[in-house]
Amino acid sequence: MRRRDFLQFAGLGAGAAMLQSIPVFGRDVSISESLTPVDTALKKRMADVALNAARSRGATYTDVRIGRYLNQFIVTRDKNIENTVNTESYGMGVRVIANGSWGFAATDKLDDDGIAQAAALAVQIAKENARLLTEPVQLAPQKGYGEVSWKTPMQKNAFEVPIKEKADLLLAVNDAALNNGASYMSSVLFLVNEQKYFASTDGSYIDQDIHRIWPAFFVTRVDAKSGKFETRQSLSAPMGMGYEYLQGNPKDQINSVTALYNKGYDMVADAKAAAKQAVEKITAKSVEPGKYDLILDPSHLWLTIHESTGHPTELDRVLGYEANYAGTSFLTLDKWESKKFNYGNKNVNIFADKTQQGSLGAVGYDDEGVKCKEWEIIKDGTLVNYQAIRDQAHILGLNESQGCCYADNWSSVQFQRMANISLRPGKVKLSPDDMIKNVEKGIYIIGDGSFSIDQQRYNFQFGGQLFYEIRNGKIVGMLKDVAYQANTQEFWNACSAIADERDYRLGGSFFDGKGQPGQSSAVSHGSSTTRFNGVNVINTARKL
Amino acid sequence: MPILSKEDALAIMKKALSYSKADECTVNLSGSEDGNIRYARNAVSTAGEQSQTSLGVTSSFGKRSGSATINEFDDASLEKVMRRSEELAKLAPENPEYMPLLGPQTFKESVNYNATTAGMNPDKRAEAVAKSLKVAKDASHEAAGFLSNSTDFNATMNSKGLFGYNKSTDVSFSITVRNREGTGSGYASKSYNDVSKLDTLALTKIASSKASMSAAAKAIEPGKYTVILEPLAASDMISTMFNGFDARNADEGRSYMSKKGGGTRLGEKLFDEKVTMYSDPLNPDLPFSTFSGDGRPQQKTVWVENGVVKKLAYSRYWAQQKGVEALPAANRIIMQGGNSSIDDMIKSTEKGILVTRFWYIRFVDPQTLLLTGLTRDGTFYIENGKVKFPIKNFRFNESPVIMLNNLEELGKAERVGNLIVPPMKIRDFTFTSLSDAV
Repeated sequence: MRRRDFLQFAGLGAGAAMLQSIPVFGRDVSISESLTPVDTALKKRMADVALNAARSRGATYTDVRIGRYLNQFIVTRDKNIENTVNTESYGMGVRVIANGSWGFAATDKLDDDGIAQAAALAVQIAKENARLLTEPVQLAPQKGYGEVSWKTPMQKNAFEVPIKEKADLLLAVNDAALNNGASYMSSVLFLVNEQKYFASTDGSYIDQDIHRIWPAFFVTRVDAKSGKFETRQSLSAPMGMGYEYLQGNPKDQINSVTALYNKGYDMVADAKAAAKQAVEKITAKSVEPGKYDLILDPSHLWLTIHESTGHPTELDRVLGYEANYAGTSFLTLDKWESKKFNYGNKNVNIFADKTQQGSLGAVGYDDEGVKCKEWEIIKDGTLVNYQAIRDQAHILGLNESQGCCYADNWSSVQFQRMANISLRPGKVKLSPDDMIKNVEKGIYIIGDGSFSIDQQRYNFQFGGQLFYEIRNGKIVGMLKDVAYQANTQEFWNACSAIADERDYRLGGSFFDGKGQPGQSSAVSHGSSTTRFNGVNVINTARKL
Repeated sequence: MPILSKEDALAIMKKALSYSKADECTVNLSGSEDGNIRYARNAVSTAGEQSQTSLGVTSSFGKRSGSATINEFDDASLEKVMRRSEELAKLAPENPEYMPLLGPQTFKESVNYNATTAGMNPDKRAEAVAKSLKVAKDASHEAAGFLSNSTDFNATMNSKGLFGYNKSTDVSFSITVRNREGTGSGYASKSYNDVSKLDTLALTKIASSKASMSAAAKAIEPGKYTVILEPLAASDMISTMFNGFDARNADEGRSYMSKKGGGTRLGEKLFDEKVTMYSDPLNPDLPFSTFSGDGRPQQKTVWVENGVVKKLAYSRYWAQQKGVEALPAANRIIMQGGNSSIDDMIKSTEKGILVTRFWYIRFVDPQTLLLTGLTRDGTFYIENGKVKFPIKNFRFNESPVIMLNNLEELGKAERVGNLIVPPMKIRDFTFTSLSDAV
């Protein structure tokens, strides 16, 4: 993706690093244009032009993605709307196999000539790459589905909600924080709509309409006297949902030491709580370093799962394709082949899927026409599988792909990306409150914060948004300056309790980065509140 | 087509502006040609070329602004994009921080275009990668790398008569070499304005030799150590510092440049006196555009001199609020070097650690700029003036502000990515845990 297509959001404040550099691709588009989809019959006709052109030039397999990618972003700072952005990116990517090798080309010139030229270029590139080939592509078989469609299940398309209504909500959110102790407040609403049409020589013509939403804010509290400041970010999750996520039902709210949210988010209430908590953080106790039992809320644990389970089980990392950038993986093939590598203890069951309703990864079919499904990654603590795509399936002895292929734009080539990777809830009835009652010395962590992990995914360090000290089964107060460090295998072997399915919630990211040039992918991770015993906690306070 | 000459750009932009009916209007025209090749497991995995040209218009009525972009430049398209930006401006809320456009400015001729780099093509990229692959194969190592080059232009013109045009090139190469057993890994990376300086063979040899040298690493206890940071490792730390040089964030009390009790640390000695950092659009090794995004001239700016903070960046709005001169944000920083070589630094070290690079650096505390991350691709133990053996990677928790107060020696500065930094010797660098990652 080209750097110069980025529209940088400025002015969200130094602390708001997370919100500061959101890449937005595409041209500006009017709201009415963005709500008018491209006719499916036209897309089928364009796809057939590409399929036929590639076949006639010698391709033995071709797939075509016609993508229309819409983004809407509303950005505020304190009492001002800083920016509203509405973008569209529309074009076609053609991927072929010729002489046993992959080739790819993309175009936004969607007349017959432009399409045929892109298909011809893809075949030419495949033939050039074939000269350097060590092993021809082995593509797992895939049946054609004919003409099918899939749409994100949702109640209200957020793009159809008037901009003013959305902007007014964000300004109300900012007011709620500013009236409750926030010195500064930034908030953002991100909307994504991927209208994707996939066609292949296997005989599939797949039309999909995918929606995502992410409301987020960033509270800063400055204490001028001490020269200190504290921040608190929203406890929302980016979701594969419509605007209904922001019109939460009280049943979606969990009342813990602070309100936690499932498939409905009360942004104003969270902003109010966040401002009060940022004030409380200024005078909170600085953590005593040492070993603690950690109670990790799903709003926090999703990121630990993402980094320590999601990435090391991506098969392209295991094989070395990401060695120069994201890195490789400690979960080497021999560990999987042994069928006895204890990634975690018996409590740990982690599954992959692209089907969970409301998740960011949920689609009907992946970007190489494979119907999405669910499969086990870690079973009773043992590594049993990876995440693979069609040209990798044979390495695992599979006769079909697991459906993990994704490209972030029509102009990007699709490759293996992370599925939703989630921790199964405990089978025994257990609430987070009951879990806390059994902890002698612990910390309850809510929300994701600082995160860092090595290139093979052994050693990690995570922060959070809210930290509560647990003494003899009770929450006794707020802590700050907390980060925990662990080794992936030791950490998952220290998993001592998992709350039941009533507490199961999703967290996730819009911007999981991978590849060179880099591509972003959106992915969710589900879990219930989980306990890990005896984890090393450090104190992160320093003096300048 | 994607890279327009100054004259061609001027003609399109003048035409576009002639359709403007707004109080104020800015037209930006930019284009790029990018090429890349990626390889892994000693074979090319992907290769591609992309080009684009786009025209963006921002129209304002009073304090209401709207923007629109287009990639077709016939008269009808230019008029359409202008009308659309005006429609959006009329619908937009007022921006209380709106600043009237600048009038004509004088910009120096930029030096960041190199014709040889602009002439890169798939063959030349493949040739450069073939040299790299041969080194790895000859050593029975496994290489993964990425080579990319870009040629860009951008031009800005507004209804008050401001005009600027800049053309630039860049090339970047990075290479990871691992031994077959997966017990050793090395890395090298370089970026240039002029591709003729890029030597993929020499860089792959460095990465390959580090892959051999770093094999069979031993574990030593984490703790505070004297470290010698190669330029790559130094740049990983230094590059995180410059968001803090924004005056508004400092004034608002939410950056490490904020002063206790209010105000900023401008004028304070915040670093060791050996620290001097500046940016210069005309530096031949690290040039950049001579105008900023909002049309202000970019000039040589000394941000830190002998450890004292000399300048903070002010947006035009914030400068007006504070009654000071506006200064565009820090761009492409150069840290002044010293006279030591890395060998000299090793010789003068009783007990220490040589670091090739860091990885996965993230902010832990914005207040102190505390960062965490890990060493990667070649970490070595030094004792009594000699490199003794490779060691397992460490996680660190350290602030570059504290680090630049514990500075002992500086070497010759060189370009790494979009910085020029010297290798440096630092005492009391904080490593907090061990990693088994190779």
